[in-house]
Amino acid sequence: MNWRRLFAIVLKELRQLRRDRVTLAMIVGIPVMQLVLFGYAINLNLRGLSAGIADESGTAGSRALVMDMLATGVIRPVAIAHASPELVEMLRRGQISIGVSIPPDFERRRLDGREAVQILVDGSDTVVQSAALQLAQVPIDSSPAARAGVQQRLGPDQVVQNPISVLAFYNPERRSAINIVPGLIGVILTMTMVLFTGVAIVRERERGNMELLIATPVSRSELMVGKVLPYAVIGLIQTTVVLALGVWLFHVPVRGGVPAVYVASVLLILANLTLGLLISTKAQSQFQAMQMTFFVFLPSILLSGFMFPFAGMPTVIQWLAEVLPLTHFLRIIRGVMLRGAGLFELWPDVLALIAFTAVMMTLAIARFRKRLD
Amino acid sequence: MSAQDEPGLAIQARGLTKRFGDLVAVDHVDLSIPEARVHGFLGPNGSGKSTTIRMLCGLLTPTAGDIEVLGLQVPREAEALRQRVGYMTQRFSLFEDLTVRENLEFLAAVQDIPHARAVQRIDALVRQYRFDDRQQQLAGTLSGGQKQRLALACAVIHEPELLFLDEPTSAVDPESRRDFWEKLFELADAGTTILVSTHLMDEAERCHRLVILDHGKLVGDGTPKELMAQLDGRTFEVHAAQPRRMQPALQQVEGVVSVSQVGNALRVLVSDQGDIASRLRDALTRADPQAGMQAVSPNLEDVFVAATHRARTDVENTERAA
Repeated sequence: MNWRRLFAIVLKELRQLRRDRVTLAMIVGIPVMQLVLFGYAINLNLRGLSAGIADESGTAGSRALVMDMLATGVIRPVAIAHASPELVEMLRRGQISIGVSIPPDFERRRLDGREAVQILVDGSDTVVQSAALQLAQVPIDSSPAARAGVQQRLGPDQVVQNPISVLAFYNPERRSAINIVPGLIGVILTMTMVLFTGVAIVRERERGNMELLIATPVSRSELMVGKVLPYAVIGLIQTTVVLALGVWLFHVPVRGGVPAVYVASVLLILANLTLGLLISTKAQSQFQAMQMTFFVFLPSILLSGFMFPFAGMPTVIQWLAEVLPLTHFLRIIRGVMLRGAGLFELWPDVLALIAFTAVMMTLAIARFRKRLD
Repeated sequence: MSAQDEPGLAIQARGLTKRFGDLVAVDHVDLSIPEARVHGFLGPNGSGKSTTIRMLCGLLTPTAGDIEVLGLQVPREAEALRQRVGYMTQRFSLFEDLTVRENLEFLAAVQDIPHARAVQRIDALVRQYRFDDRQQQLAGTLSGGQKQRLALACAVIHEPELLFLDEPTSAVDPESRRDFWEKLFELADAGTTILVSTHLMDEAERCHRLVILDHGKLVGDGTPKELMAQLDGRTFEVHAAQPRRMQPALQQVEGVVSVSQVGNALRVLVSDQGDIASRLRDALTRADPQAGMQAVSPNLEDVFVAATHRARTDVENTERAA
């Protein structure tokens, strides 16, 4: 590997990229557009959800609680029910999204530190579910003194249960919307990185540049690595855009630290770029390269766990999904951002991405011939 | 021929053959190209010129045959060869979305020319190839002639010993072409061996030496003068009132290779067997008593027609024999 030649190729790619306005627009445009579209579709700060209220207790305390809930603005009362089963019926009909059920023995339960209120949620909509969780944070007794009183009566050994419990219907696996933003980094990188390099070599072949290049002393690995590097930088820019907007607009946590997020992104970027290169050595035209890119992109979106939970897929499909870089990235990035896990704890997926990159790069270099026949 | 007098051979090929499926693009071609000077590769479209050049550069693997270029075995030692040869492709292959200077910079770096020397070399080339006020212009926006000039500048940036040019000027105007050839002779004077393929007669005429290819076979080899001298006494010019009507009558005469109209006259090329001139004269007086005919000196087009015609009749004869 000759560094001067490698640098020449990187510089050439960057100069060409600078003049390619469409691609430049895509680099920032795609992440922003996707994030805003996905982001606002999954807006956590939902307001005005239609709610049904069944206050079977009818005490001053229960009425105060209902007023507190309405004051959050999250729910908007549309129906008054007499009992909990009525709420379930309304939920099923779609008349309400949330039901607040206050049992007749509300005061008794409250004093015992047991669950005193149930919120029934249409769980088929994960967004509504998140809103319900928010609602459950409304304190039953505003005064800390009242809480301390309960604790005192129960004795220090007993745990005071959160007085409001949330019961999700129709969707037992709770998928928080926050899951989507980290995943979106992976989806955007998969889409753009494979596409950019997928056409990289075919384009030069179509334009006739390849015959000139292979007649020079440029080596295969210099050419391949030189084409990948500039796009790796672009991938990091995209990661930054999604991450920054995600934190700023949607308050996505980065519990495992920013460096780990970037390391994970670099792993995915390299995996996708090398896959793109392999496509590029195989495709006969830029159009074919695009087709092949979509051939990879769709399964990535559908099978990686971005849209549907991985655990729910049939075994064979899971095997297939294990081959996709995005699957491993999603596990890493959700672990890092949401659970605060370190990369070492997620080593099987880290290793999988590295192995994928190594295999793809080797295949791409091996497939590329400095010959015309 | 004069090959023995030359200091050494830049290119030597024996039994060079390339098949693409059933098609034989190059068929047992033997080549020996001496060092320095401009060597022309003449042949009609599809005669195997590009394929031969690509095999000599190591871009295509020959189906059979041995190649030695600058003392290196090709394709085995093609990588070592790449720093010593320049190759200008038939189609413009520089980066259209890079500027003139960026293209030169890229090739200088790729050829691993040390930075300081590269800057000097690029400055010199920019002056020499008259790109002083176009250094920042995108290569894609240059005119046809300018593109060819830039391609040549890029092909010689590393001062190669041997330069391959594949139909470099078939798409540019005569003015640019003449200008381009001036540059080639400058390079040849400096000791570069140049192999240039063409199907244009005026270009072929400028070469020091010509190799003629037809249907993948070598059908002629020599200096333009030598090749033309071989046709002495075989070319005639016929003047008639209606030359177009005369044409079929003359074509039927046995031994006539070709009849083509040039202005108001017909140019006739005959084979070298027997006294065809008198037969031609007879046919002429029969068709038009007023017509006149005179011997003329052969030109390169006659050489080209004679060479490619012979190849065709050879093929027909072998087919008949088989």
